Amino acid sequence: MAEKVLMKGNEAIAEAAIKAGCRHYFGYPITPQTEIAAYMAKRMPKIGGTFLQAESEIAAINMVYGVSAAGKRVMTSSSSPGVALKSEGLSYLAGSDLPAFVVNVQRGGPGLGGIQPSQSDYFQATKAGGHGDFRMIVLAPASVQEMADLTIKGFELADEYRMTAMILADGTMGQMMEPVEIRDDAEIKTFDKPWAVTGTQKKREHNIVNSLYLKPEQLEKENFTRFERYKKIEENEVMYEEFMMDDAEICIVAFGIAARVSQNAVVEARKQGIKAGMIRPITLWPFPKKRLLEASKNVKAFISVELSMGQMVEDIELATKCTRPVMLCNRVGGMIPSPEEVLQKIKETQGGIN
Amino acid sequence: MSTFNILIAGFGGQGVLFAGKCLAYKGLTENKQVSWLPSYGPEMRGGTANCSVILSDTPVGSPIVSNPNVLIAMNLPSLDKYENATASGGKIFVESTLIDRKVERNDVEAFYIPATKMATEIGAPTLANMIMIGKVIKETGAVDFNTISEGLKKVIPARKADMLEINLKALEAGYNF
Repeated sequence: MAEKVLMKGNEAIAEAAIKAGCRHYFGYPITPQTEIAAYMAKRMPKIGGTFLQAESEIAAINMVYGVSAAGKRVMTSSSSPGVALKSEGLSYLAGSDLPAFVVNVQRGGPGLGGIQPSQSDYFQATKAGGHGDFRMIVLAPASVQEMADLTIKGFELADEYRMTAMILADGTMGQMMEPVEIRDDAEIKTFDKPWAVTGTQKKREHNIVNSLYLKPEQLEKENFTRFERYKKIEENEVMYEEFMMDDAEICIVAFGIAARVSQNAVVEARKQGIKAGMIRPITLWPFPKKRLLEASKNVKAFISVELSMGQMVEDIELATKCTRPVMLCNRVGGMIPSPEEVLQKIKETQGGIN
Repeated sequence: MSTFNILIAGFGGQGVLFAGKCLAYKGLTENKQVSWLPSYGPEMRGGTANCSVILSDTPVGSPIVSNPNVLIAMNLPSLDKYENATASGGKIFVESTLIDRKVERNDVEAFYIPATKMATEIGAPTLANMIMIGKVIKETGAVDFNTISEGLKKVIPARKADMLEINLKALEAGYNF
């Protein structure tokens, strides 16, 4: 077992990526994720890897495309406005069935917004990463340890399903330090990449990495095949954590920093005799639909606690088929709800259902 | 007290974040649950800086300290801003070289430490932060002072190893104040 060290969430992502076998990092600085690039700039040259500060976010994501096509583990990271710039590249990666690992340490928006924590890229990450029909696996860490663990998991999932896995964190997760233990190299899964463009040595047919299909029949088939794969992910890769759900009547749904704050509120609500609990999605796509539907049979109401204007509310409503009210407790623009605010919403909700 | 919700606030350049790291690392070496969260605004030296440190026997929920039971105020704006947020029964540590007013609350315990003056006297004018931390450890028992150097060794980078001794000296001066 490795020794526990104190690390910032951003540094934990960088170190875990290196452990996962990533030797190529392309990025462009932006608060609050710049520590990832800084860490990579320090470490990559020492281990024979590539750190490159690209001329823009768009250039960085296209460099990711190139390295991924050559079959190597590769990543980029940015924060909200920077990730928006990458959306074209994310779509091309999807259209070419290339694995990639992308980090978004979110800040307030829209536009240039602010630099304080936010979760308002939920729609962008889970539904609209770019043009065309595609999905990304979206992982939402709620501790520095998870920043590391989900980075390794992200590289594995990206390779296994040949698609982008994205860490959707926020400024708090990136900046805070907590004890973290980076898993041993031996446990990390790798995958053969017979599709990679690595030179044929005149021993095999050419591999072609491409997202252009001018024949509609063929493009349709590509899309159908891809979505068959997405279906498997929805069946097999859903991750969530439960907190005090056994007899819960009010169920908070929250991820990342919102889940950490909500946990305090749930504990306090229980002390006051209110049966509150929490389901914390760890994968935002695939969303823990089945678990929420099951929970809807026992709980009386849901509360979405988020740092956005209710973006997750509709996923909860869809998952539970609108059988229970879904309340919203939110702060935006870089503000974070306090445990007291969440508790207040729990009490209001409790009053409403009795 | 099984959970210390510590808020350290002052000017950028006073070593506010470093002081927090020192406590967090010491907590880690004692197998406590810890978190450290800095403010990361666009401020530079001379602007405001603060950090939340939680040391606990149980897992840390929210890493944000909005109602500290230990407040370390390194300048007047910080005392003005956080005095009322401090939890009832909490302890407020005031850097009294720079802050010339008293704590107004009477449901908290206040300590006044002329840390900047003391730091200058021991020949380390930039280590007022460590003097404050020494006093905090004395009055709260948040971490074990006897083995404080273990935590310090982890936060002082190898290239600055020669700074260890003077940091320890500052911690001791604060502890014995």
